[in-house]
Formats: sequence, C-alpha cells, structure tokens
Amino acid sequence: MTRRERTVDVLVVGAGPAGLGAGAELAASGAGHVEILEREQTAGGIPRHCFHGGFGAGRIGGGAIGPVYARQCVAAAVRAGATLRTSVTVTGWAGPRTLDTTGPTGLERITARAVVLATGARERPRSARLVPGTRPPGVYTTGELQQAVHLFRQRIGTRAVVIGNEPVSHAAADTLRVAGLDVIALVTDQPPSPLPAAPVRARHRTPRLTHATVTGLTGRERLTGVSLRHRDGRTTTLPCDTVVFTGDWIPDHELARRGGATLDPGTRGPAYDASYRTLATGVFAVGNLLHGVESAGTAAAEGRAVAASVLRHLAADPWPTGRPALAVDAPLEWIAPNLVALDGSRPLHDRFTLRTGRRLLRPILVVGQDGHVLHRERLLLPAVPNRSFRLRGDWLDRVDPHGGTVRITVH
Amino acid sequence: MTPTITATGALAHRLPDGDGDATTYDVTVIGAGVVGTAVARELARYRLRTALIDGSDDIGNGTSKANTAILHTGFDAVPGSLEARLVRDGQRRLAAYAAVTGIPVERVGALLVAWDEEQLAALPALAAKAERNDYHAARIIEAGELRAREPHLGPGALGALEIPDESIICPWTTPLAYATQAVRAGVHLHLNCRVRHIDSGQDVHTLTTTRGPLRTRYLINVAGLYADELDRQLGHDAFTVTPRRGQLIVFDKLARDLVDHILLPVPTAAGKGVLVAPTVFGNVLLGPTAEELDDKTATGSSADGLALLREKGRRILPGLLDEEVTAVYAGLRAATGHEDYRIRAYPDQRYVAVGGIRSTGLTASMAIAAYVTELLAGTGLDLGTPTELPPLVMPQLGEAFPRPYRRAELIAADPAYGTLVCHCERVSAGEIRDALTSTIPARSKDGLRRRTRAGGGRCQGFYCGAAVRALIEEARP
Repeated sequence: MTRRERTVDVLVVGAGPAGLGAGAELAASGAGHVEILEREQTAGGIPRHCFHGGFGAGRIGGGAIGPVYARQCVAAAVRAGATLRTSVTVTGWAGPRTLDTTGPTGLERITARAVVLATGARERPRSARLVPGTRPPGVYTTGELQQAVHLFRQRIGTRAVVIGNEPVSHAAADTLRVAGLDVIALVTDQPPSPLPAAPVRARHRTPRLTHATVTGLTGRERLTGVSLRHRDGRTTTLPCDTVVFTGDWIPDHELARRGGATLDPGTRGPAYDASYRTLATGVFAVGNLLHGVESAGTAAAEGRAVAASVLRHLAADPWPTGRPALAVDAPLEWIAPNLVALDGSRPLHDRFTLRTGRRLLRPILVVGQDGHVLHRERLLLPAVPNRSFRLRGDWLDRVDPHGGTVRITVH
Repeated sequence: MTPTITATGALAHRLPDGDGDATTYDVTVIGAGVVGTAVARELARYRLRTALIDGSDDIGNGTSKANTAILHTGFDAVPGSLEARLVRDGQRRLAAYAAVTGIPVERVGALLVAWDEEQLAALPALAAKAERNDYHAARIIEAGELRAREPHLGPGALGALEIPDESIICPWTTPLAYATQAVRAGVHLHLNCRVRHIDSGQDVHTLTTTRGPLRTRYLINVAGLYADELDRQLGHDAFTVTPRRGQLIVFDKLARDLVDHILLPVPTAAGKGVLVAPTVFGNVLLGPTAEELDDKTATGSSADGLALLREKGRRILPGLLDEEVTAVYAGLRAATGHEDYRIRAYPDQRYVAVGGIRSTGLTASMAIAAYVTELLAGTGLDLGTPTELPPLVMPQLGEAFPRPYRRAELIAADPAYGTLVCHCERVSAGEIRDALTSTIPARSKDGLRRRTRAGGGRCQGFYCGAAVRALIEEARP
C-alpha cells in the first residue's frame, strides 16, 4: 500500500465552527503549518444546512444564517493561513499523532506534533433510539432533512411529525414548512416546557404533545403513522408520511475512541480538561465532539480557546497525568469539561456546562470530593432537559490533586 | 449478450427468442431469494431458456435480506436429514465460490456457551451429534480457556463447545453474485412480477402475473414464505409455511472488539435461541427472536422483542449494551412445522417445489440448486451438457479485506474511489456509481445499501442520506 507520508505541526480533524476556529487561531498565533481536514466536499460543518438566523451573535434573532456563518468561519481560517483540505477523510490512526487519510488524490499518512479533534456530533437515528415497527421511507433526522431540503431540493412528503421539543426540533419544523409539509405535531416525552416559547415560534401553532412516548412506526412502501403512548396510558397513531427524529445528540467519537482518548461516560465525548486535553497525549478535542450539541458560537469559541493550550504543548509543556475526573449523580447527565487540569486552567468563561435528565426547579448544586464539600451553588433558573446550564468554576483550586473523583450532586 | 432484466411493463414483449415455441420459457424459477438465484445460476450452465421472477423490485428482498449471515458447518443439523446433507455440501460449495468471487467470509468460529450445569452436561451430546453430521473438529473447552478467548463474556459461563469452522458471510453479495452470473449467462430476470395464478396445461404452465402472462414448460417454486400458496395452486397440500419472525439488533462497529467468535446458546426445546456474532462489515449482531406469526408481511420489530434481545445480550456480553445501536431489523423464516427442508419433484407436472428453507438456506443455497437441477433432470427435461460460467468478481464489502477506500492503486486509476460519500461505512462515489450501473443495478436506497453499505452505518443518513438519494435520482433513466 502506497501512502504519501507527510508531517505538519498541527492537524485539525473537522472543518465545522470548532475546527475552523481552532485552525484560524492556531495559524494566526504562529503554530506553524496548521492543516484542517474535512471529509465533506464543502467546509463549514452543520451550519451549512441551517437556513435560519442566530449564528455568530449572542442574541436570538440576530446574526447570520447558517450557510453565511459557515462561509465566514471558512474565510477566517483560510485568511489566518491555515491549510484547509476538503474531501479528505481520516480513516484511522497509524501512531499516537499519526493519521491515515483517504481522498480523491490518494492515501496519506500525516504525522503532527499536535492533533485537534473537532469531529462534531450527530442526532441519534430512529434505530439507535430503539423505536420499533416497520422500516419505511420517510424517516429522517434533522441533519438529513435539512440537507435534503436546503442543499438538494428534494421532495419530502406532505404531513410530518417532529419528535423532540428543543431548538433543533423547531428548526426541523421550520424546514418542513419551507418544504411545503404540514407539521401536525411536535412530540416529546418531557412535561410541558416551563420556559416561554420564543416569539418566532408562536406564529406556527403546531400542537405540542408532551408526556408522549413514540411506541412504533407503521407503513411498508411509505410511512403511514407514528404510534404514541400518552402518560395516562392512552395510545394513538398520528397519520403522517414523514417523521423527523430530532436532538438526542451523540458525539462523533469514533476517531477519538480509536485513538485512545477514553470517553466520558456522561457526554460520550472524549474525557477532557479545561485545556481541551484528552487522555491521549498530544490529542486535543473541541466543539460538539465534547458534549453533544451546544451552539455553533460555543463550538467556535472552544476552537479558538484550544490554541493557547496547543501552543503550550508545542513548547514542550508536559502532558498531564493523574487528573481527577469530574462526575455527576442522577438526575444530572453530564458535566463538561470532565477532568480537572491541575495547572490552574479554567473552563471557557470560567463556567462548567451541565445537563439534567429531568426538570429541576432552582436546584442547589453541590461539588464534593472524598466527602468534602468544595462548592455549593443555587441556580436562579430552572434546569430543563436538552438545555445546558452552567456551574461556576472558581472552586477548582480547592480540588485535591491526589484525591478521588469530584462529584456534582443536586440537593 | 445483453442481460435481460425488467422491472416494469408487460412481460409479453420480453419473452425469449429461439426455435420452436418462441414465447415459452423452458424453466421458470419463482422467487429470487438466495435459493432462487442459486437455482437460476445453476440452470444458466445449461442451454435452457430460463426465467427468474420475483414479486419485489430487487433480488434477495425477502427472507434472504434479513438473516444472521452465518455460513454454517451444519454440526447441529438433524443427522441423516436432507438439510444436514445440503448444508454440509452447500457450506463447502459456497466457501469455495466465495473465495473466487470475492464474497466476504471470515472463519471466526463458534462457541456454544454453557451458562449452567444442565447446558454444560448437554455439550458432549452436541459434540457427538456433530460427529454424526460428519463434522469432526468440534471440541469442548473449559471455563478458563473460554474466558481467555472471550474476555468480555458475562459472568457465569461454565464452558463451551467450540466449532472452529463456523463462519460469517455477506448475506447480500451472495445472491447478487448468483443472480449476476445467471443473467449474464442469459437467464431473464423479471422483477415486480408477482404470481397471482397458475394454469397448468398438458405441456405448458401459464403463470398469471402482475405483469401479464408468462408461459413456461417447467416450474421451480422457490417462493419462500409464499411457496405453500403456489404449491396449493398446483394441487398439493405438502406443507404450510408459518412465518417465524426473527428480530435482530446491529451494534456499532466500535463494539466489534468485544467479541471474537459467534457466541451461540446451547439449543433447548424452545429453539436455537439468541446469539451474538460479529458481521463481515465489522458490526456485532444480537438476535434473533423466534416468534410464530400468521402474517407473512409482519417484518416490523416490537418493543417486547427488542427488550428480550437486550436482556439476553446483557447476560452474554454485558459491555454490548453500552454500545450504540446502528440498526434494528426483522426477518421472517419460512418454517413449515417439519424438521427438514420440503424439496420434492412432481415429474407429471414438470414441477419442483422447494419449501421450508429456513435459516440454513444461505449456507445450503448452492447445494440446493444442484439438488433441484438433478430433480429437474429426473422429471424428463433434457438439460444437455453443462458449461462453466465466466468467473465473476464482486465488489468487496468486508472489513477484513481491503475496501476501495484503502486501495491506492484503485484511487490513482479513478479518483471516485477516493471520494467518500457515506462516511460511516466509507463508501466511495465510485462504488455507488458502479452499483447504480451494474448488471443488476440498485433501484432504491435499500438496494444500494445492500450492494455498497451506503447509508447502512451508525448515522443512518444524518450525513449522507440526502447525497445518496441525489445520486440514485441522477442514475434514474
């Protein structure tokens, strides 16, 4: 097998907002030859097919639409001097910081002084959610739907049901309407949302079925319905020819895991510290690979923030060992970052990101280690599933570097 | 010779040319599953005008597409049965055929794991049964060796019977290879062609199909779940097909490191039970359930079925349940209530019925084809001298062999093989193009997935679904 062997200073895998942010900042700060690899033919990541606003701005309704934002991210990385190569797929590891690639120009083996993984996240498909029934056409995730409608102008169907009730679910409903479908219901197994709906959503009076579980799909040549079970045990079938499974994000962690970057059991992304260092020496991770889906702006900010850590590593900073892990107790689902760096580095904006499995009204979060309470904090707003909330990071210097796992519990 | 493959329009326009009665086939094979395509391939070696017809829009689209993808040794068959003989013979034939045709096969071996004293005590009898089936490599291993060879096995395994030659195989490439060779050698393939009625005359059967009448002198019924209904049309009451549903869960490729062998349960009165097995695509399979149904279209999965599989899987390989699920599917086996295949020739009617081909059908397919051809000759049809079919090399889908994305020379010659479209399964634009323009082209996403793996990976289309659909649309005439 003939592979062209090359070396670079930093290899970034994935050219979404996180990878492009990392590449731009690294190239601009003199990290040497910074190369970004993207397996799609066009760089920009998920925003390429998010035809709604809010990208690159801090408030709802502002900012660019996704494709414009994606192009801005690409332009910034290229302008900064990063080498961006599309249609190049990383297929595996040949060494601790050596990656094998496939592209139309052939096979390569690229060794880097530092690797930044920015492979993003995807929605769990129907199969991974173990939704029983038949397997007819007409079943989508938001990612497939948006590409089909916005990038390929494909015909979708006539009557749709959206599974999920989070921002991406509403984006899916909007895309369905653009494609001319009637969105007959948004279905969620969660209770009614305590948060007011954003004004933009109020225009569309899509019924929301809360406390409803999807029990099956019907149809053979084409989807004919989505069966539900309500909280009171009633069952119904919504007749439709299209269903979109939204949210339920899973980091695209294959490369991280195959490279020895042990996963965090909560996020399913690589375990990492506030300097974005994984458990594999010289391998950093940024963006939605770390925690399922946060906004593109957060992913980009994490990408930019990794540059300082990578530069320190390139300047022969030793890779940390024996970092205590951070873990959560139910109903909390995960915390990110989830390793304590021990070198004083702090998470982005000095805040940890957490998710809960059920709604918590003004909870008190308690951080403890080996029986000692390190920190106590009451949240001012309710914490709800599928939306992140934050925990201050100013207690990190109280962690015993030789102690056990730091646990976050709810009181 | 241009292959004749039709999927629309009246059949009348596409009947064979030739001497004598030019509108009649010599032999028609009803059912293009793995056995039907194998029979058609075997018949293609003779100078016969042969048709292969199927009710769906693709070959291998029924029971054949949804099985456990194992190439069996036949160690546990009923000794002396037709099935035992044809599985043993078929295993040898298919293993040899796969090697030259590029059908992925991995000889991973099987372990029948005993989880309690009773099961442990049953192993010697199973080893003796294997001997009676002319399989001599079976060996009982102790708990320590079992643990060393399958370190992720759940607690409590007491020992196992090792069947070193049980193998895994690609269930989709196999019938596609058979059908491709058959049609290239002149067999006519008619899809979307369901038989509604059979009228048997003195010399000719007239099949009323959804695409019009088809005349044939000889008839082979390989209709799987529907074989009993056709058999009744011809006046017989030899067997009744009761669909037995098997639901299966396919786990992510990252789970592949958890298991090295096909892990079989010790069979009980309740059936063969739930297995865990690697696939040639690098996934891990958990299943099947065994549910007797009366609906021959009930290929859906159920909440109970999936819960049962997860419960069994947790016992066998606890780590498996932490892995992501890639796919869930269900297949229907054509159970007949008999412990053996129901293959029978009716010389007076110029008819061979092939019924009750259950989960061993993939393994036995080539042997069944040879046996059916022999029976056909016995009904008075002069087959003539067989010829060798031109060899065929199929696209490589197995993870244990170099796929196109890993082949520098292929990509240098055609960069489309280096342009990946389906990222999870690493399927290139070149492979998709080939499958859409091949001898028996893919007509649907499902058909394309079975030929290339495109869309069959962990994201199930999140990344590539729309692009793959666009390529299929472009290829439509």
